[in-house]
Amino acid sequence: MMEPSAYLLLSGILFGIGVAGVVARKNALIVLMSVEIMFNAVNVAFIAVGSYLGDVTGSVFAFMVMTVAAAEAAVGLAILIAIFRLKETIDITELSVLKW
Amino acid sequence: MVGEILNYLWLVPALPLLGVIVNSGIALFAERPLLLAEDVHGEPGHGADGTGGQSHGPSSRGTSAPKVEGHGASHPSPPYRKLVAVLGPGVVGASFLVSLLAVLALAARPPHDRLFVQVLFPWVQAGTFSAPAAFQLDPLSSVMILVVTGVGFLIHVYSVGYMSHDRAFARYFVYLNLFTFAMLLLVLGSNFLLMFVGWEGVGLCSYLLIGYWYEKKSAADAGKKAFVVNRVGDFGFLVAVFLIFWTFGSVEYTEVFARIPGLAESGVLTTGIATAITLLLFVGAVGKSAQIPLYVWLPDAMEGPTPVSALIHAATMVTAGVYMVARTNALYLLAPTSMAVVAVVGAATAIYSATIGICQNDIKRVLAYSTVSQLGYMFLACGVGAFTAGIFHLMTHAFFKALLFLGSGSVIHALAGEQDMRKMGSLKNRLPVTFVTMFIATLAISGIPGLSGFFSKDEILWKSFSSGHGHVGLWLVGTAAAGITAFYMFRLVFLTFFGNSRMDPEVEKHVHESPYSMTVPLMLLAVLAVAGGWVGIPHVLGGHNYFEEWLAPVFAHGAEGAAHGGAHASAALEYLLMAGSVGVALCGIGLAWYLYRVRTEVPKEIADRVPGLYDLVLNKYYVDEIYDVAIVRKIVNGSIWLWEAFDAAFIDGIVNGIAALVRKAGDRARRLQTGVVGNYALSLLLGAVILVGFLIWQ
Repeated sequence: MMEPSAYLLLSGILFGIGVAGVVARKNALIVLMSVEIMFNAVNVAFIAVGSYLGDVTGSVFAFMVMTVAAAEAAVGLAILIAIFRLKETIDITELSVLKW
Repeated sequence: MVGEILNYLWLVPALPLLGVIVNSGIALFAERPLLLAEDVHGEPGHGADGTGGQSHGPSSRGTSAPKVEGHGASHPSPPYRKLVAVLGPGVVGASFLVSLLAVLALAARPPHDRLFVQVLFPWVQAGTFSAPAAFQLDPLSSVMILVVTGVGFLIHVYSVGYMSHDRAFARYFVYLNLFTFAMLLLVLGSNFLLMFVGWEGVGLCSYLLIGYWYEKKSAADAGKKAFVVNRVGDFGFLVAVFLIFWTFGSVEYTEVFARIPGLAESGVLTTGIATAITLLLFVGAVGKSAQIPLYVWLPDAMEGPTPVSALIHAATMVTAGVYMVARTNALYLLAPTSMAVVAVVGAATAIYSATIGICQNDIKRVLAYSTVSQLGYMFLACGVGAFTAGIFHLMTHAFFKALLFLGSGSVIHALAGEQDMRKMGSLKNRLPVTFVTMFIATLAISGIPGLSGFFSKDEILWKSFSSGHGHVGLWLVGTAAAGITAFYMFRLVFLTFFGNSRMDPEVEKHVHESPYSMTVPLMLLAVLAVAGGWVGIPHVLGGHNYFEEWLAPVFAHGAEGAAHGGAHASAALEYLLMAGSVGVALCGIGLAWYLYRVRTEVPKEIADRVPGLYDLVLNKYYVDEIYDVAIVRKIVNGSIWLWEAFDAAFIDGIVNGIAALVRKAGDRARRLQTGVVGNYALSLLLGAVILVGFLIWQ
């Protein structure tokens, strides 16, 4: 069995890219995509560690996450479309009504 | 068999209570809707009633219509009125009959056995404290219930005539019956707690009846004043009852008085405690019986209907203080200081309010000050240990003062509400029954020999001189007050019934003698005012003092002290003093004759000669104004300070301050919520980093 450190490094890099996208980008669509990148970073880590430990639980979790991510993407995109219809923008700095 | 009637003693207060229940049902469900409907429709005759109702209902109608009866025809009286007119006086009359039978049954017993206690049910029970709802009939309370129900019945009957055209007829009788009930509770209760309930009850009824014509501000104010001033006295009474329980472990009369000798011997009941209890009780009596310094409410109480003044503010309620002092005579005799205080306050009030009576022009106010003065006599008697004489005067005063008030009511009724004696005169032929009966009462109060007032007043004066607690100064003051009383009472009679008519021509046209429902009670009271004193003719005059003998079991100690002092004084001295007081009274009458019949211009000249003194007395020594500045204003200002500085600034400040603090903090904190999703994501990230960093670093 190979060492998982390389996979874990990849996972960390992917996660960092996702985080940076979520925090820094203004486009809600990009933010959603960044969230997907973070999910996949986690998936990589699950499968790598699962394969290293010879445990199938990691792979099962990866499938689970993918299912949830698909559902999340569907709901997120639907919300984005609804917001766009209302505001004609998906710039999240403009969508700041949830405040004082 | 005869004694069995005593088991129905509870009926005495219960019957008036029945009247209260039925009449209040009528007042609430029959009369009130009718009055409200009248108010809504704005009936034309009603406006006149609003102004005329101030003095009394029928008056203004008398001016608008030539005859009261004629006006009544246009106002068909609702059917319930007849029921109220029968029931209101009826229950009190029935109560009088029961009282009479009960007292006769009591009299059939031997003197030492004349005490009957009927326990109805246990009322208040807490630990060692127990106060049953029980009635006690003994010689003292039997005198009181006969006066209350007897005089009360006559005044109820009189009220039917006097109030016949008033709008709230049923409400009036509810209050009057309730008063009778409370007063009977007061005098019949077998413990101090029940007496206190009655005490407060009569105070409430007094308030309700003074303010009976509450549309008029002065009447509402007078009711309030009476209520507030009485609270001062009630506080003293209540504290005294606590002290009695603390000292004796009971509030039951029989138990308390039975324990006095034992506790006095063992040193638990010191003179100090007895003085404290009796002085506090006296504070209560001073409030209820309108003595210096709390007398100010009684003259104002004349705002109420005249029968109310007769019943509550002359014959019964205001004498409750005298009854209470007499009831606790055993305690008073242990406290010589209290006795002296009672006597001095009584004598001072007697002469003080008599002097005010000289200058009053309102017929009812003269009688009000006269009542205060006569109550002073009763306290003088109690203070010198002559409790019998005090109660005797209470009884005769109830007769002649009720008669005087009802007579003045009849005059006011005839003159369409006029109460100013300067606008009366020459009424003696036009109101013959009223004149004769009132004249008899005036003779009685002046102390003319043979009439009731003579015997009771003279006994008080004699005892205040001869008793062991007496003093020649008290006698002098009392005798002087008697002379002044004779003067101002005859001034009243001369101004009202003699001389030239000074009435408004408009009013004069309608002067008429009152109906039988009013004149018959006057005549009956006149008989009592004459004969009421014959039960207590002193031995010196060859009589037999049945009254003293009757009350002897209650006042065993008091009679002893008084008799002890009396033994030293000779019969000749008693004759001399008697002649002296009659002479003083005759001087007063003569002076009144001279000033108000012979040289009618002289009073004006005297008033002009000493304007300062005249104004001082006319304005009642400015006591109301002094109280206003010294007490009322201070309390009002203090209350305003409490309201503005303490309540509005301090208490509200705390509450509002906390609210403002939270509001301000929230105002700052809400700025954390930017609404920008990126910021939330960043804080989430920071949180996660800190958490993870913390876990790793551990």
